[in-house]
Amino acid sequence: MKIKLFSYNQLDTFIHKLSGFTKLMCFLLLTTTVMLTYDLRVILFVLIISMYMLKIAKISFSQIKSMLIYVFIFLITNFILTFIFAPLQGVEIYGTKHVIFEIFGPFVVTQEQMLYQITKLFKYLSVIPLGIIFFLTTNPSEFASSLNKIGLNYKVCTVLSLTLRYFPDVQRDFNSISLSQQARGLDMSSKEKMTKRLKNIIAVLTPLIFSTLDRIELISNAMDLRGFAKSKTRTWYSYKPLNKKDFITLSVCLIIFIGSLLISQFINKSIYWNPFI
Amino acid sequence: MDNAVIEFKNYSFKYHSQADYTLHDINLKIFKGEKILIVGPSGSGKSTLGNCINGLIPNSYKGEILGSLNIAGIDGSNASIFEISKEVGTVLQDSDGQFVGLSVAEDIAFALENDNVLQDEMKARVKQISKLVDMENFLKSNPYELSGGQKQRVSLAGVMVEDTKVLLFDEPLANLDPKTGKIAIELIDNIHNEDNIVIIIEHRLEDVLYKDVDRIILVDNGRIIIDDTPKIVLSSNILTKYGIREPLYISACRYADIEIKPEMNPENIDKFILGNEEKKLNDWFNKHNVRLKPNTNEAVLEINNLSFSYDGERKILDNINIDIKKGEMVSLVGKNGAGKSTLAKLIVRFEKLDQGDIKIKGESLLGLTIKETAKHVGIVLQNPNQMISKNLIYDEIAYGLRIRDYSEEDIKIKVDDVMKICGLSPFKNWPISALSYGQKKRVTIASILVLNPEILILDEPTAGQDYKHYSEIMEFLKTLNNNGQTIILITHDMHLMLEYTYRAIVLSDGKKLADKPSYEILSDNEIIEKANLKRTSLYDLAVKAHIKEPLHFIESFINYERRKFDEN
Repeated sequence: MKIKLFSYNQLDTFIHKLSGFTKLMCFLLLTTTVMLTYDLRVILFVLIISMYMLKIAKISFSQIKSMLIYVFIFLITNFILTFIFAPLQGVEIYGTKHVIFEIFGPFVVTQEQMLYQITKLFKYLSVIPLGIIFFLTTNPSEFASSLNKIGLNYKVCTVLSLTLRYFPDVQRDFNSISLSQQARGLDMSSKEKMTKRLKNIIAVLTPLIFSTLDRIELISNAMDLRGFAKSKTRTWYSYKPLNKKDFITLSVCLIIFIGSLLISQFINKSIYWNPFI
Repeated sequence: MDNAVIEFKNYSFKYHSQADYTLHDINLKIFKGEKILIVGPSGSGKSTLGNCINGLIPNSYKGEILGSLNIAGIDGSNASIFEISKEVGTVLQDSDGQFVGLSVAEDIAFALENDNVLQDEMKARVKQISKLVDMENFLKSNPYELSGGQKQRVSLAGVMVEDTKVLLFDEPLANLDPKTGKIAIELIDNIHNEDNIVIIIEHRLEDVLYKDVDRIILVDNGRIIIDDTPKIVLSSNILTKYGIREPLYISACRYADIEIKPEMNPENIDKFILGNEEKKLNDWFNKHNVRLKPNTNEAVLEINNLSFSYDGERKILDNINIDIKKGEMVSLVGKNGAGKSTLAKLIVRFEKLDQGDIKIKGESLLGLTIKETAKHVGIVLQNPNQMISKNLIYDEIAYGLRIRDYSEEDIKIKVDDVMKICGLSPFKNWPISALSYGQKKRVTIASILVLNPEILILDEPTAGQDYKHYSEIMEFLKTLNNNGQTIILITHDMHLMLEYTYRAIVLSDGKKLADKPSYEILSDNEIIEKANLKRTSLYDLAVKAHIKEPLHFIESFINYERRKFDEN
């Protein structure tokens, strides 16, 4: 796995400077916006914003390349399957039927179906950059502190940020264990039969679990010794108080969210934008 | 001096999970301003004693307590770990595993965070403390990416930030290269003052005594054996009896029949006064002056012009050339990050090299898979828990053979054979979980040996082991080596290198810095400096005794000790 979750690197961009709370809220607001609407115009608007944000955050294509490949495979499969299982979904939604061409039987390509599926495709496409931005620009501890500020129990928050902090360590352990087992002859490649491969994976997981348990004992002692959980609250070194930038960003996202709701309510009178009537 | 800050009175402790008491009838007073060293073999109860002081007992480890323990006015047997952590700060053994924060600053601040200190004050305190340990320029770094010594500084700062009266160090030297260990001891000495108490739990006596301590407390079998000044403790013969290694210069003096007396300042080689005893040492040297013989067999492993980098830019290894002779036991040393482990990974093909060649008996390994390479070179990882995947010893050792589709009869013959060599036959049907660390280590070595590789590579085989277990593991490897097994040891341990491997290869910043007899390396100031090693005190002793050939003196000492060991 080349991309590391939360492989947070400190850059000095507008997005990095926002508080984790702001980023979480904006992520939720914009995702909900996209989830609640089938208006292609709104979705394209969000897509443009999120693409622009990717650029501001200086996230390079190479950083997210392999993730994008999986996303595209998923999207294309999704696109094809949607058509195979419900070729007339669009017709049902929009109430009209403009046939582009027929394939056979019920498989008719209509403008309605195309609009529906393209809208759906863009829905996914506009949300993914938002997720990437959130994961790559947020410092886990600062994020944990934001979650704590909005009311989540601080122990849960700390454990969450610790899990993220230990992720690379466990990954490293996994690698060295897996290599040393391969040296003893274990075949982890796809040449092996599925059942045997599963067995082989267990041979790697057993030592991994034991060495991870060792780690857990150590860290929990270390935390106890430094007074973790001694009082009902804690403060956070890395907490960023909200400033003007955060409020502006939050407001913009809130406006987009409400704007989209208003469009659905008063202009489209439904969650779908229907250009066919 | 009447008010002890820490006082154990007739204190005994038994873990719930164990049948017998781990600590028996401890009576111990520690006063303000003292610096104490607690020594003892593994399983002696010295760590348990430490855990009583820092409150992990009885909070995290439950058990039965008899007698009383008072820590700065708090009843140590009933207090919560938080009350005690206000008084006692602990630096745990493994600095990697104890980092809670994602950045240095955050980690230092952790105790303050839990104390609800406000952010501004916290930032000021972190800045101030980080200056004390010389880490103010690394506040934003990830602790994991620091060097061993820097990590130690960060964990120290994380404890100092609370300004506790007592600072407890649990094996601070484990996993540090010799020079970094020396710096760590200096650092601890610097933060010790008249108002606090420093307690160091460590079995590497000579390294800790590099800076003065007030008292040495020897623990064995859960009892305090001796509690006195370093002068008295080192003059007595008691340490060796309980499996603690004496400083090498003291051992050398004892071999020469020199009686160690407190007025000779035996606690530190620089202060050590030989006086008239100098003659005895010279006599001993003249009588036992022997040259060791290098191995002159043909090369079994040849590494030619090897270069490697992870990112294509910074070279981790640069044009390395090494020959390992058949039947040799060689040390591969150098500071953390010098490229030792990477070189090992390249030899066993875990990583693919960029340039050069690796040959075994003249045949190139390039092009072989990891599995195929394993027939020629086996690697034993530092932590046995990372290698063991079966419940029974027999199955674990047979594992590599079963994968290779040997018949069960063949497997039985081979496994029985290896078990005999490794001294594991009596445990044949034991579950692995019932074994000690050293025994587990043997199982992992056996599981590699059974594949009959020409070369065995061990990564830090004795890290964190006390003298007894160290000797056990090393003597075992020596036996293997005597039977013709070629062995490469990656190590930080100067004693190991000096005593067990005639030849050592030093890597520094990806280049081969030296490749010569261990005792020469440990006397060469330039190499020592560059590779973060430490000069052996035997050299200083020889100079002190006006011996003209200090190198030959060291050589003769090793030879003498080796013979003594073999006689036993």
